[in-house]
Amino acid sequence: MTFIPKPKLHHPGLPKNALGFTRRDYEGAVSTLCAGCGHDSISGAIVRACFNLDLPPHRIAKLSGIGCSSKTPTYFLGASHGFNSVHGRMPSVLTGANLANRDLIYLGVSGDGDSASIGIGQFAHIMRRGVNMTYIVENNGVYGLTKGQFSATSDRGAKSRRGVENKDEAIDLVGMALQLGATFVARSFSGDKDQLIPLIEAALKHQGAAFIDCISPCVAFNNHEGSHTSFDYVREHNIAVNYLDVITGREEITVEYAAGTVEMVKQHDGSVLRLRKLANDYDVHDRIAAMTYLQERGAAGEIVTGLLYVDPDPEDLHRHMNTVSMPFNDLDETALCPGSTALEKLNASLR
Amino acid sequence: MLQLTERVTGLQRVNDFVVKFANVNGSGSASANALFAKAILRMGVPMTPRNIFPSNIQGLPTWYQVRVSEAGYLGARGGGVDLMVAMNPQTWAQDVAEIVPGGYLFYDNTKPMPPSKFRDDIVVIGVPLTEITNKAYTESRQRQLFKNIVYLGALAALLQMDVAEIEKLLAEQFRGRDKLVAANVQALHMGRDWALAHLECPIGLTLRRANTVGDRIFIEGNAAAALGAVYGGATVCAWYPITPSSSLAEAFTRYCNRYRVDPETKKNKFAIVQAEDELASIGIVIGAAWNGARAFTATSGPGISLMQEFVGLAYFAEIPAVIFDVQRAGPSTGMPTRTQQTDILSCAYASHGDTKHVLLFPEDPYECFEFAALSFDLADRLQTPIFMMLDLEIGMNDRLCKPLIWDDSRKMDRGKVMTAEELEAGKDFGRYLDVDGDGIPYRTYPGTHPSRGAFFTRGTSKDRRARYSEEGPDYAENMMRLLKKFDTAKQLVPRPITRTAAEPTRLGAIYFGSTSPAMDEAEEILAEQGIHVDLLRVRGFPFHNDVKTFISEHDQLFVVEQNRDGQLRTLLINELEIDPARLTRVLHFDGTPITARFISGAIADKVGELKVVPFRKAVP
Repeated sequence: MTFIPKPKLHHPGLPKNALGFTRRDYEGAVSTLCAGCGHDSISGAIVRACFNLDLPPHRIAKLSGIGCSSKTPTYFLGASHGFNSVHGRMPSVLTGANLANRDLIYLGVSGDGDSASIGIGQFAHIMRRGVNMTYIVENNGVYGLTKGQFSATSDRGAKSRRGVENKDEAIDLVGMALQLGATFVARSFSGDKDQLIPLIEAALKHQGAAFIDCISPCVAFNNHEGSHTSFDYVREHNIAVNYLDVITGREEITVEYAAGTVEMVKQHDGSVLRLRKLANDYDVHDRIAAMTYLQERGAAGEIVTGLLYVDPDPEDLHRHMNTVSMPFNDLDETALCPGSTALEKLNASLR
Repeated sequence: MLQLTERVTGLQRVNDFVVKFANVNGSGSASANALFAKAILRMGVPMTPRNIFPSNIQGLPTWYQVRVSEAGYLGARGGGVDLMVAMNPQTWAQDVAEIVPGGYLFYDNTKPMPPSKFRDDIVVIGVPLTEITNKAYTESRQRQLFKNIVYLGALAALLQMDVAEIEKLLAEQFRGRDKLVAANVQALHMGRDWALAHLECPIGLTLRRANTVGDRIFIEGNAAAALGAVYGGATVCAWYPITPSSSLAEAFTRYCNRYRVDPETKKNKFAIVQAEDELASIGIVIGAAWNGARAFTATSGPGISLMQEFVGLAYFAEIPAVIFDVQRAGPSTGMPTRTQQTDILSCAYASHGDTKHVLLFPEDPYECFEFAALSFDLADRLQTPIFMMLDLEIGMNDRLCKPLIWDDSRKMDRGKVMTAEELEAGKDFGRYLDVDGDGIPYRTYPGTHPSRGAFFTRGTSKDRRARYSEEGPDYAENMMRLLKKFDTAKQLVPRPITRTAAEPTRLGAIYFGSTSPAMDEAEEILAEQGIHVDLLRVRGFPFHNDVKTFISEHDQLFVVEQNRDGQLRTLLINELEIDPARLTRVLHFDGTPITARFISGAIADKVGELKVVPFRKAVP
């Protein structure tokens, strides 16, 4: 589909954020996805989150693989550089980009096809390395762009539109992310903006590997009876353990909460996450308990959503590599080249 | 057992012979053999060592072949071995068979051997190494390790080596650990004294101090390439271990730790990621280069196969990348520890679809350094992957080469990158716009300007402003611009080097990379036989016009390379539209380094066949 430029006009009364931008300044091109696609809701949530956080759009780099979800970066953050790479390999490209300039914000958008099959290896290793990023899997349990094949996150027993049953075990990306050391792990639903937008905000502010598994129903191929990622099914089986507000220091706290139902988590960069707990027995700081909780609920057919785990003081790949604070792409020969004297000394040692 | 000198008169050669050590992998022999080699260099005599090692860690046979050549021939000679140091009973028969008639066999004669194990046309030298070390040492590891130094001492006596040079090297190797130095020197003299007392020293092969090493340095190709990456400004290296390229990434790590740590903050101006596989490696490189950092990976044939898709993405989306391919024998797992020039076509045409990639062909560590540094400028200037084609022979052997040089006034050429100032001033930016007519557009780094200069990078077709497009003219125009860019590369890659024969001739030979020293020597051998051949060494692809000119000036050309299918020849035919009948294959591909004798023999054989008058011009 060729590019259709969007009109630059917008309502003069549109609210502006601290940078003087309106929401429109965080949007991209018109979506060419199917009407009602869950991914478009996630794109909208990303736009909202970036606007809310006063992020300069050009300081965000958006990367993706191949698939319907990977097409979405064109539909948000039009002033950001984007990289739609190859199937299942966005994590390596994102890692390299992050190493080259530690000061940008990295947003990786992928799907369950892209990240749980061909991309399972790169998904695992970027989590292990702790690359500072927000990694969103737009999970619809299906290969949408190639017309409806099962993906590796399809539940055993889920049925395709034609009634074919999936016999293979599902891959649980959230469980994997927890096991592999991701320092911010969440699951949400494209139909629940109240939960999703703050999670994206919190992930963007998180200074480590942040992973959000966002269930996003595919209206074309996986929204029927028998699907485990349809709107209806998700609404019926959703267990939200908490809701989140991201407080960046400018908001006033006006609402009162019953004692024991709110937890304030201060992140390393100074932002505060206000957790409104819905499950009193859920502890976002206990990785092992989180894994157990998810396994138990999953066995009972429930989809646990919310902020599932967070380490407010994470390490990232740059910290592990002890890199200089100046971005690599700013370093020139004076910083990088040892020079002729050093070379002569080396020559002498090689005789 | 005494020398059987009454039977055979051994070869008499000064500073011109081939010694081969047959050892067991992991026995500690590598260190002693390296001392042997380096001591010869310190005596001012050029020599070239070659490791022939199995794909294994310990226990299998390994050989170390040293060619001594005061004349300065650094290629493999061919034609057998003049002195065999046979320390591996497993390979005894083949080792003895490799000795030239009149050559020498050195072995541990602690256990007696039946005469049938020897030959009657060689000189046999026995030293009771096991008996000597068992007497001197009680611990088995000491016995094993010092045995190597003892035989080194014996050889020093037999070949009339300057033992002081070996002692100096031991002092350097074990600097600060005086006890070790003393122990090694003691073992060295143990062997030397025994040989002087019991054998006729020296034998017919001797070393004599000379001055033809000059100020040359001795370094491994992979290490030189890694150093070139440091000097060339690479900050990101992503790699996956594979023989024979691992030592390149490892050398880069060492050099970075030495030269790239900020002295005040102690923080690193580099990031080296040992990735989970080669796909992740090239992906990291591409991501880093997209974001303005110089990045590279090092791999071998199997890794190149894995990287094809990403290379196509970098080609089509026009992102810099530097890929070192230290080639080994293929196809498939092939022979991981044997050399070959066998990925030429895989790299030149990497990825599905219509692609052409820039290749650089260094001949030795000096060019590994020089071309490595250049490759990052080329990658940024051309906005495309650059393949540095090394091989195991160059990469994993120490080699004499000219001292490395660097011009301190040199600046990194980052190519066409539009700055925030230019964007702010209103300069028109279109990611794939051919503004200068050389096929190379401008790019911007992410994060440059608040509202200008952002674009989408993708592997799909696009228009000149990087907007998604499936329109035929957009696609075709873009593909043709990529060809124009490739043509621009002709002027930027290293030019070929020609060598004119002593007498005018219509015969020419084309070669590249590690074939070089053997080719140069072969040319001299042929000249002595009255066969004169002009030489052209290809150093880069796309081919400079000089290559076409050279071909047109000769009636018959030999394309000398180390693969089965004549891959460079194929590239010449395809890219320059040369009549295949003009280009005669001279191919060596058994995993051993090509030799001067092989090349000269093959060319001499084929010259006789070539009495054909060409029907049409070499070049249309």
